[in-house]
Amino acid sequence: MNVTVSVTTFLAAGIEVIEMVAIVVAVGATRSWRAALAGAGGGLLVLVALITALGTALRNVPLQPIRLVVGALLLVFGLQWLRKGVLRVAAQGWAIGQGEEHVDDSDVPPDRFDWTGFVLSFKGVSLEGLEIAVIVVAVGGAAGALGSAIVGAAAAVVVLAAVGAATYRLIARIPRRALQLFVGALLSAFGTFWAAQGVGVAWPGNDLALVWFVVLYAATGMALLHLVRGWRLPAAPTGTAPVPEEIR
Amino acid sequence: MIVVRWIRAFVDFWIDFIVGDDWTVAATVLVALLATWGLHRAGLPAWWLLPAAVIGIATVSLRRATTRAGRPTPPR
Repeated sequence: MNVTVSVTTFLAAGIEVIEMVAIVVAVGATRSWRAALAGAGGGLLVLVALITALGTALRNVPLQPIRLVVGALLLVFGLQWLRKGVLRVAAQGWAIGQGEEHVDDSDVPPDRFDWTGFVLSFKGVSLEGLEIAVIVVAVGGAAGALGSAIVGAAAAVVVLAAVGAATYRLIARIPRRALQLFVGALLSAFGTFWAAQGVGVAWPGNDLALVWFVVLYAATGMALLHLVRGWRLPAAPTGTAPVPEEIR
Repeated sequence: MIVVRWIRAFVDFWIDFIVGDDWTVAATVLVALLATWGLHRAGLPAWWLLPAAVIGIATVSLRRATTRAGRPTPPR
């Protein structure tokens, strides 16, 4: 057992696992836990199949086009949610939907499986999982200690997934409108980060740029909320802003 | 017949996923990604373009949605 390789893989894979868990918890809390967990399970299955089929050849899998496609889709969807979240909070306030486990608006069909939530979770888990597999193969292969690298990555997945499972109840207490706005910012941040990496851009600060994007887009959402309330005031006769049809 | 319905539902799902309520958001992201790629290929700093486009299109799209909401309903 090579402890240095295990710790290195734990830390490197840990960053990817945090991203993976953040997406699954965000999708579960705002859309449907069933779809989020099914998407995560589907992503893990695809990953196991890929690892079984490719083995150490995983090092040669081109991550750039995968990052571009997944990033662009997450960005487009995240922006729609950020926009919708701002419009809803501006029209109806923060508190609506507090503590809801299931969502009863037009975003998530109440009587059907939520395929959108499934796809979001599936993409996040399969891309991050692929990156973890590449880290394991690269670090473990280079040091000749593949077993130690697998132990480190597996520990990161177990520990951080447990943290995600422990925090989801706290997240479910956040009002749904607020959550939608901030999950929109979160998905847009992931999308921006990966899509630009997919076209070859190297971010200043590397992975730390992702944190800055989450902060930047959340702050932008708050600023836009303030602006939208201002834009609506002249048309609101009694202090209640008119609601766009698309968010009713 | 079932296969056609299934394909149609599949296509509708992706259109709704990508286009959503405002098609200009997806179009702007596409153009911004192409421009980022172009700047990167030309050896110019490109990292700033996509976040700037994201903030810009979010503002424009919200402004448009708010204007639509504030417009008086035509009499029936």
